[in-house]
Amino acid sequence: MSETVNTVVEEGCFHCGDKVEEAPFLLDGHTFCCLGCQTVYQVLHDSNMQNYYKYNTHPGRSQKKKGIDVSYLDEPNIAAKLVDFKDDHIAVMTFYIPVIHCSSCIWLLEHLYKLNPAVVTSQVDFMKKQATITFKHNELSLRGLVELLIHIGYEPKITLQDVVKEGKKVNQNGLVAKIAVAGFCFGNSMMLSFPEYFGMADFEKQYASVFGYLNLAFAVPTLLYSASDYFKSAWMSLKQKRLNLDVPLALGIFIIFIRTAFEVLTKTGPGFADTLCSLVFFILIGKWVQQRTYYHISFERDYRSYFPVAVTRIENNVDRPVQLSDLKVGDRILVRNNEIIPADSILLNGQASIDFSFVTGESRAVEKILGEVIYAGGRQVGEAIELEVVKPVSQSYLTKLWNNESFKQYEKQFDTFIGFISKYFTIGLVAIAVVACGFWLVGGDSMKAWGAFTAVLIIACPCALALSSPFTLSAALSIFDRNKFYIKNTAAIEEMAAIDCIVFDKTGTISSPRSSSMFFEGQLSGAEKIAVASVCRNSGHPLSREIVKWMNVSSFQELSSFEEIAGQGMRAQVGEVSILVGSASFVGVKQGSADGSVVYVSIDGEVKGFFTLEQSWRVGLVDVVNDLKEGYDLHLISGDNERRMDALKLIFPKESSLLFNQSPGEKLLEIEAWQDKGKQVCMLGDGLNDAGALRKADLGIAVSDDINNFSPGCDAILDGDSFAKLPKFFAFAKDAVKVIHLSFAISLTYNVVGLSFAVQGTMSPLFAAILMPISTVTIISFTSLSTRWLAKRRKLV
Amino acid sequence: MNIIFFLIGCSVLIALIFLGAFFWANRTGQHDDTYTPSVRILFDDEVVADERAETKKS
Repeated sequence: MSETVNTVVEEGCFHCGDKVEEAPFLLDGHTFCCLGCQTVYQVLHDSNMQNYYKYNTHPGRSQKKKGIDVSYLDEPNIAAKLVDFKDDHIAVMTFYIPVIHCSSCIWLLEHLYKLNPAVVTSQVDFMKKQATITFKHNELSLRGLVELLIHIGYEPKITLQDVVKEGKKVNQNGLVAKIAVAGFCFGNSMMLSFPEYFGMADFEKQYASVFGYLNLAFAVPTLLYSASDYFKSAWMSLKQKRLNLDVPLALGIFIIFIRTAFEVLTKTGPGFADTLCSLVFFILIGKWVQQRTYYHISFERDYRSYFPVAVTRIENNVDRPVQLSDLKVGDRILVRNNEIIPADSILLNGQASIDFSFVTGESRAVEKILGEVIYAGGRQVGEAIELEVVKPVSQSYLTKLWNNESFKQYEKQFDTFIGFISKYFTIGLVAIAVVACGFWLVGGDSMKAWGAFTAVLIIACPCALALSSPFTLSAALSIFDRNKFYIKNTAAIEEMAAIDCIVFDKTGTISSPRSSSMFFEGQLSGAEKIAVASVCRNSGHPLSREIVKWMNVSSFQELSSFEEIAGQGMRAQVGEVSILVGSASFVGVKQGSADGSVVYVSIDGEVKGFFTLEQSWRVGLVDVVNDLKEGYDLHLISGDNERRMDALKLIFPKESSLLFNQSPGEKLLEIEAWQDKGKQVCMLGDGLNDAGALRKADLGIAVSDDINNFSPGCDAILDGDSFAKLPKFFAFAKDAVKVIHLSFAISLTYNVVGLSFAVQGTMSPLFAAILMPISTVTIISFTSLSTRWLAKRRKLV
Repeated sequence: MNIIFFLIGCSVLIALIFLGAFFWANRTGQHDDTYTPSVRILFDDEVVADERAETKKS
């Protein structure tokens, strides 16, 4: 077996499948792209765990990124906050591991005990990308466990705002139990109602009362347990003097029960127990469909899920990890390579090169000088730096956004169509019932008056109406989901249909951090290109790598000397030629740009030109703007400078306002100003600096290139790849609302038919038992089918 | 015909047992993860396979 493997020429790294560049790592006849991948293979091979590679080809993920420091996990008070359960011997911890993506991942993580016997059990939940690990904490510390996971390439995401644990709180068990009870009662009461519907012979009539009592017995738990939420909600809304759809529902359920109890106890009829149970069963299912959520995506993230759990504080020349909440003004902290700056602070020591991509969407690093204030949220790239905290974490430039009052309200209130309708529906329904009752009372037939009054409320119970919106919107939700557009809940789709003003952020939203293009201004000959590329090849700086890519040369030259000064540039000797590559001051350009992303090249003391790196627009941006131009106001708010205003002016229509140099707070106020003009505003953003605007807007859409990565709190997450489909999404949301309107018309037709019988006081239980499920089935199939059909027409499925 | 009361009692009792079973399954988290077990069941029992491979070698 192993011999055949040896002869196969593999393409890409055996572990992760990435392209193997020059000087591959070789082991057991497999090639690896980097030492990290090879190490993982070695570890698994030594533990007899090659099965990992059997289930999928290239199951791993690239190990080129450097590991992070997890020494803070040794602090007992930090560790205690993270574990789910701990006793004298074992501890249980649930990790969120975003890289879980295939069956090999499940296999490896569930066989952790082979790598370290201190792991007792481990269980993966694939959909939630979680692993619950039980381990003997006396033999393996939490830090050791996390390091083991990182070592095999499964780095867990450990944050203060634990998405994993908060996700657990959302529990549908109560609702599921209520559905189960309602379904149980529905099935049984229907069986017991059949004899009545099919007709009974005279000698069988003796059973009728028994069936009646049993039916009543099944109706009681349905009323008291399964339907309890509707009564609570109806009561709450009456107290607030609003009429929501639960009011007629609760009224209908209650009246059905009263009439059933009355008929059974007085032996005047069979009652409507099966209608009651089926009604509650169906509307609860509608509720369940509406509440389905995404397991692995969190829409409620704030800065806590992005900031580290702990930070290294320097006290009397001793480094010690402390919890972020314990950080005080005046503390000296140490921030290493790839760590995030947790609070606004002053640079004391070291070469700071800060990547603010999470904040602004701009991925290039910004150089900072000693004594300069660095805002929280940036990621240090390069050597470790020392900082002094000037503001507590919660009061930093960025995090104080979360103290704004628009963050205090817990949930956005969307005006839904059903909410609007139910006001009039309830009033109309009660009016018809009272008129019918009065009509028969005047005629002197009090039995018929009671019959008509109850029948109206029973037959017009808006069951179909209550189902139309959840089923339509959840069908739409799954279609959006398939197109990589993840919407938080069904109400947000209705809000999306009402939007008439769309505001874009620039960097990272309409431009893509993944594709940036290098521009070179100046002249380089072919030989010079090779020389410069050979120099840049030796640097790990992202800009150097971009330059090498841009040069696209086939061969490289040997360097006779090379020196890299972090944050400034490189000095190298290639044969006879000396080359300087770096910032304006380093190369010696007097009137150069101070921007950290401009790289100058000087050969033998002569400045040859400079490179700039610009993010390129997302694919289809022009089409998106052109399509949305009709029917929507389009605006742009950017925290960046006006550098690319001219290009944007050509893309956006004349009426659009293009705002630059906006702070996070200003973005929020700008959104508010549009809202005050009566606009329904949708904000598209990506960074933490958009968090306020996303929250304030009627609909906040976070654009993200990796949905498992950080995205600010929002109503929907749009995968960057689907950006071009945005106009289709907006149009489809409008379609979905149209479907709801149509199904409302259908359910109203059923109600009118039913009512015409009901007001005459001639509605039989059989009629109700047939009409109710038929209208429900019609609505469910109409909404699901037409939503799918419309999606097909928009080419979304 | 009184047997019908007995039969109805039986049918309701059995239905109640199923309802109880559903509650138990739901409460013990058996519906929490409906995907991973479908993958897990396809993994080979490699402990046995390894032993065989070793005996072959020797």
